[in-house]
Amino acid sequence: MVGVTSIPSPAISADDRSHEVDHPSSQVAHFSTDQPLPLDCGVDLTPFQIAYQTYGELNADCSNAILICHALTLDQHVANLHPLTGKAGWWEIMVGPGRPLDPDKYFIICSNVIGGCMGSTGPASINPATGKVWGLDFPVVTIPDMVRAQAMLLDRLGIDTLLCVIGGSMGGMQVLQWTAAYPERVFSALPVACATRHSAQNIAFHELGRQAVMADPDWRAGRYFEQGTLPHRGLAVARMAGHITYLSDAALHRKFGRRMQDRELPTFSFDADFQVESYLRYQGSSFVERFDANSYLYLTRAMDYFDIAGDHGGVLAKAFAGIQTRFCVVSFTSDWLFPTSESRALVHALNASSARVSFAEIETDRGHDAFLLDVPEFFDIARAFLQSAGKARGLTAKDG
Amino acid sequence: MSVQEVLPLGGVATEQSGQFRADHLLVAGMVKPGSKVLDVGCGEGDLLQLLETRGIDGRGIELSREGVNRCVAKGLAVVQGDADTDLVNYPDDAFDYVILSQTLQATRQPRVVLENLLRIGRRAIVSFPNFGFWKMRLQLLVGGHMPRTENLPATWYDTANIHFCTIKDFVELCDAINVKMERAEALDLYGRPLRLRMPWWVWNLFGEQGVFLLTRGGGM
Repeated sequence: MVGVTSIPSPAISADDRSHEVDHPSSQVAHFSTDQPLPLDCGVDLTPFQIAYQTYGELNADCSNAILICHALTLDQHVANLHPLTGKAGWWEIMVGPGRPLDPDKYFIICSNVIGGCMGSTGPASINPATGKVWGLDFPVVTIPDMVRAQAMLLDRLGIDTLLCVIGGSMGGMQVLQWTAAYPERVFSALPVACATRHSAQNIAFHELGRQAVMADPDWRAGRYFEQGTLPHRGLAVARMAGHITYLSDAALHRKFGRRMQDRELPTFSFDADFQVESYLRYQGSSFVERFDANSYLYLTRAMDYFDIAGDHGGVLAKAFAGIQTRFCVVSFTSDWLFPTSESRALVHALNASSARVSFAEIETDRGHDAFLLDVPEFFDIARAFLQSAGKARGLTAKDG
Repeated sequence: MSVQEVLPLGGVATEQSGQFRADHLLVAGMVKPGSKVLDVGCGEGDLLQLLETRGIDGRGIELSREGVNRCVAKGLAVVQGDADTDLVNYPDDAFDYVILSQTLQATRQPRVVLENLLRIGRRAIVSFPNFGFWKMRLQLLVGGHMPRTENLPATWYDTANIHFCTIKDFVELCDAINVKMERAEALDLYGRPLRLRMPWWVWNLFGEQGVFLLTRGGGM
């Protein structure tokens, strides 16, 4: 028989994961039954909770608050050690003293999205009506639902207007939804590597990922927690497929080429002979240790449904009519998941609304993931945009 | 058509003059404070920065990615775009002024671009190198080759400037598309306005570049 190695089982048990879901290692805002979250699907989600992190101090007139919206598989742990993986926060390169989002100047908030699995209510949470894990009984959530929940969190924190909402990918979708739904609450917006709608190709990739999860016999129609299994193989395959879309041909070639993994010659088997295979398997198996499979289904679905123009009679410019928010739109040349053409369509709509908009396309071969990586040109732009927004909002030099 | 009286440079503070280009100071002097301006082909944003110091709400379009990113890194509202293809995306009357500085000659369709400028903006400010400048004429007449100057050093085969015109040509285009000239200036080699009131043919000969404040003619 030809040799084959499968993706390893996760090192973390189902119990660890559910603990972080219910009792996150961050701040939590609880919303009881008198404050339901009305969802687009028609259901009121209640009670629910939002897990969030903050960095820095809110100034006296509450004018220095910045909301970070996280991408599909990320969470609120922007600039602190991750409670499950022990690794550095996912955007420490952007958030920290002396960085573009400096906690000495700004009050920075990031909350786990509704439907997520790091402490905000989602399919891995306990359904109070049954006392069991929600699983597929959890209502389908949308990007507007996520933003509605964030707005309720900001109300709770006493923040009326945000100096800036910033995010990449699914986070960028939330940024755009913020400006469409609450333009008066957003002084400036920095949507990165995103689009106003999810393209057919992107929906197709998400469907591939979902089908991989659901094809895993350990998925158990979404009731794996109760049955003591984890669909780690399906979720790992979904992650592997997703990860390819976050990179680029050039980046993969530069990083791995056709190089072999710890061997000189091919083994004539289905073992991970190539470095790129080994890398993808690692990405898949490490993802399983920190992410809930059902949550992956729900969040990919939320992105698929996103279409701002569709919510405004098919005319994108209508979504931004008369908007006063200052925009800085950023795309990356090698991003084929959210290509520059998507950002350009957004910019055209913003121009048609006479919005104050900057748009920069940054040259890099690192693909969609570039927004998470060390790209100095992007940091310079983010820093200057925030400074100019702060100046326009009347932040003093000390504040930012 | 006669040249209107050359107006004094409005609002140019002398202490600022050293740090900005003379032609930018002239253009900025044509813009009323507090207005909304689109600078098409804004380069690295020098003119936008000058306008910002005067409380003018400036936006920019720039073709080169490097230029755009430098502008955005200065905190300016600039988008990557092409005067030939992207002006159509802007609604009518979106700006008080649309500025096209030293870019008209590089567009594929100068007439369409000019019409768009005055559709998007209530006024347009256009500056361009004057191909009727005596040094140009001399090079063609005596040297027998395509002119090259300090400000236009590119050879004919690698220049981005595909639609050169003279001041006289430009005035004729304005007449043809019913554009009214509110103010006209000719600048010398150093970007300083030729202060004297002179007939067109003198400007066409001695102006190194022309700067025009345009508005829509009747019936536009």
